[in-house]
Amino acid sequence: MTEITKEIVAEHGLTEDEYADVLNILGRTPNLTELGIFSVMWSEHCSYKSSKKWLKTLPTEAPWVICGPGENAGVIDIGDGQAAIFKMESHNHPSFIEPYQGAATGVGGIMRDVFTMGARPIANMNALRFGRPDHPKTGHLVSGVVAGIAGYGNCMGVPTVGGETNFHASYDGNILVNAMTVGLADTDNIFYSAAAGIGNPVVYVGSKTGRDGIHGATMASAEFDDDSEEKRPTVQVGDPFTEKLLLEACLELMATDAIVAIQDMGAAGLTSSSFEMADKGGVGIELNLDLVPMREEGMTPYEIMLSESQERMLMVLKPGREEEARKIFEKWELDFSVIGKVTDTGRMVLTMNGDVAADLPVAPLADAAPEYDRPWVKTTPPTVIMGEDVTAPDNLGEVLLKLMGSSEIASRRWIWEQYDHMVMGDTIQRPGGDAAVVRVHGTQKALAITTDCTPRYCYADPEMGGAQAVAETWRNITATGGVPLAITDCMNFGNPQRPEIMGQFVGCINGMRRACTTLDYPVISGNVSLYNETNGTGIYPTPAIGGVGLLADYRKMTTLAFKSEGDVVLLLGDLTGEMGQTLYLREIEGREEGAPPTVDLEKERKHGDYLREMIGKELITAAHDISDGGLGVALAEMAIAGNIGAEILLNTDLPSHAALFAEEQACYVLTVKPDDVEMVRGFALAEDIPLHIIGTIGHTELKIDGCLTISVSKLKNVHAKWLPDLMSRPGSE
Amino acid sequence: MKAAVIVFPASNCDRDLKVALTLSMGREPDMVWHGDSELPDTDLIAIPGGFSYGDYLRAGAMAANSPIMREVVKKAESGTPVIAICNGFQIATETGMLPGALLRNAGQKFVCRDVDLLVTSQNERFVGCFEQGEVIRFPVAHHDGNFYADDDKLNELESEGQVAFRYVTPEGEQTAAANPNGSRNNIAGIYNKAGNVLGLMPHPERLISDELGGTDGKRFFDHLVSSIV
Repeated sequence: MTEITKEIVAEHGLTEDEYADVLNILGRTPNLTELGIFSVMWSEHCSYKSSKKWLKTLPTEAPWVICGPGENAGVIDIGDGQAAIFKMESHNHPSFIEPYQGAATGVGGIMRDVFTMGARPIANMNALRFGRPDHPKTGHLVSGVVAGIAGYGNCMGVPTVGGETNFHASYDGNILVNAMTVGLADTDNIFYSAAAGIGNPVVYVGSKTGRDGIHGATMASAEFDDDSEEKRPTVQVGDPFTEKLLLEACLELMATDAIVAIQDMGAAGLTSSSFEMADKGGVGIELNLDLVPMREEGMTPYEIMLSESQERMLMVLKPGREEEARKIFEKWELDFSVIGKVTDTGRMVLTMNGDVAADLPVAPLADAAPEYDRPWVKTTPPTVIMGEDVTAPDNLGEVLLKLMGSSEIASRRWIWEQYDHMVMGDTIQRPGGDAAVVRVHGTQKALAITTDCTPRYCYADPEMGGAQAVAETWRNITATGGVPLAITDCMNFGNPQRPEIMGQFVGCINGMRRACTTLDYPVISGNVSLYNETNGTGIYPTPAIGGVGLLADYRKMTTLAFKSEGDVVLLLGDLTGEMGQTLYLREIEGREEGAPPTVDLEKERKHGDYLREMIGKELITAAHDISDGGLGVALAEMAIAGNIGAEILLNTDLPSHAALFAEEQACYVLTVKPDDVEMVRGFALAEDIPLHIIGTIGHTELKIDGCLTISVSKLKNVHAKWLPDLMSRPGSE
Repeated sequence: MKAAVIVFPASNCDRDLKVALTLSMGREPDMVWHGDSELPDTDLIAIPGGFSYGDYLRAGAMAANSPIMREVVKKAESGTPVIAICNGFQIATETGMLPGALLRNAGQKFVCRDVDLLVTSQNERFVGCFEQGEVIRFPVAHHDGNFYADDDKLNELESEGQVAFRYVTPEGEQTAAANPNGSRNNIAGIYNKAGNVLGLMPHPERLISDELGGTDGKRFFDHLVSSIV
């Protein structure tokens, strides 16, 4: 038997103090299998030991929340006995090492989290961050990640309906791949993971277990260095065909009442699934590892317990229902094996070849996981930069063209055309708008879904950036006419043991909490990915937010496209002219400086609620929130989408470059039929909402009086060209 | 009228096809599992899109050898109309019901977008609702839709009026830019010699209402149903 030395303990990522706790809990030295189990259960990835203290401060409740954080995914009530189940999760480290498989298994994992709870996945989204466009690896990583997401999601027959992509040097050595799945279930048929019923069978279904992905969770809890590519064997390999079968088999079994509890085997595989099920149920579990379906011969208990082979599930069934369940899984040609039973010992007992391979107390291992109050320092908020502090450009038209063709704003069509975004026949707002909208099959309801975060804001001022990320998802849902209901968060940060990084985390959480509270928009699920560093340099703090909202009647949905000549263009909200952290400053002046735009959450709420009310009255013909690139870019995007121009007259005291390119918050551009303008203004006046007429739709040019005149086709071309050009460079495949 | 939709493991447009057929027929089609060895009594067989058997080995290759496909081939030979969409088209070429092959897209990438299609030959049963030379719109979503046939076969398809649809510009021009996958002669769909089997890469079942972005698919199915009844 392997002797547990200091070195072995260190290799397993446990600190000396943590190992002392292990010895205390066991009252003896662990064997290697037991040490491995402690190692993954107490890894940052599985235990949230650095983040838990702060995550607990986020609002997680609302009358429509059925299940908040802590299960495989969060659940909200969408009326008529139906629930939306969703979550976003990171697969950053594997995707950097092996972009296709890393991204593919990220998508597979998040879909499993959702269908484990009884939901059929109906939409996938993603939030991607790559290094600077001219970094030699960027093209290869974009190409691999996008193909991996497409390869898995398309085969599953779940539409990938949208997402977001940023490029920045802070991700050169550590890209972010965050995948989100939204599913649909009946509120009276939702499945949870708490094991129950002493003596009930514990069943393994899905793919066989192999040696792939061992230590994935540990890898996800450490920084990268120059040798990280050697960790390729820890990246799992995905098989979407098997997952599609697993999905159909699970849903078929879920239509019966045979299941007591179910949990997918994700990070830390059989270990975390069995411990979580036992811990949540307050019971013990006995597993005979000889009965685990295996792909390879001679696997040790250590390897079986730590394998991250994909497309597997663990279930507790009601007694006597095994054969019924077995038939379903055999029909779908999947492995099915009763590998153990629920016990009243409160212990996890693993046997193999007649020997006890591990005997661990469940609750202490799960509950005594370390929880740290890491030291942190608040990020000093930078100074606000106003329009007057920035030199006026010579040619505003050239500025707009440059922004439209910049890495952050250019069209993502090259990406989303590789995703089947229409399968299932319910996508009524395709990628490219503010939020994707998918119908709730067979009803008049629809879900609006978006992912957002502006990492440069979060880096400059984490608290403001955290609030902005939440507010932007809320706005994007609002702009389609949806009522924003809840979010999932995917918190991507650097090394939490550095106080300034921990300060970014705390700041973002504080901002998110403020926004979620003011907007009545709780967090129902999420994931934390720390140690996103390479050679000691952290990524920009990136709390990616996935928002979901409900449209009661999809026929009232709005899109951002300008519709008809003669419609009146209005600006909802006031321009402030704050220029800090704008793309204008970055792309035109080469400066990433200043405070991000101020987020006034009361205004967000007021303006958004008003817009939704107007959309509900069918008075709005197009709506788009102002975000990256400001009002000028918002107008150009609406013109491109509608393939029609507009004539705009800005009545403002701000310098033109500030009016056009300040990234205003709580602001939307709307269009209204001429006959409805007075009514819309009347409602605004009554509610004290700032609403300004700024122009009329028509012609083939975007004309902003005294500033610029550019043909829509020219805007369209620069917007369309950037990403295909980047991806056609040598070495991008 | 009765229709049967064949379902393979990892078919994934079976539900969409069911929805479209139900909308046009006023009744649900039979969903037939790949392992079945008998087809129900049916007036139309539909083979849906997806990734049957994961598209492992070669798209459509394993599905072509499933028990139910032997029955489908027999029925097709006896004149039952068959529509094979996307993965269904791939399966139909693998069984030999339709000539040619669907290779990896010329751009090597999966492509999902609306395409403009020229209705090339008149086949009353399948496209009688469209004018010959009309440009219609269905979406494509595939990784292996690059239609290939050798020169002789291609000439035969063209001269026998077996080309059903071509990828074109909105104005109806057959250009390389309008071709999403590198198909020879911009071919998007073909008929068998007898004209009762249609295979096409684009998905008519995806554009069956204004909310989804168009209704050419609805026109297509409405007509198909009325011509079979």
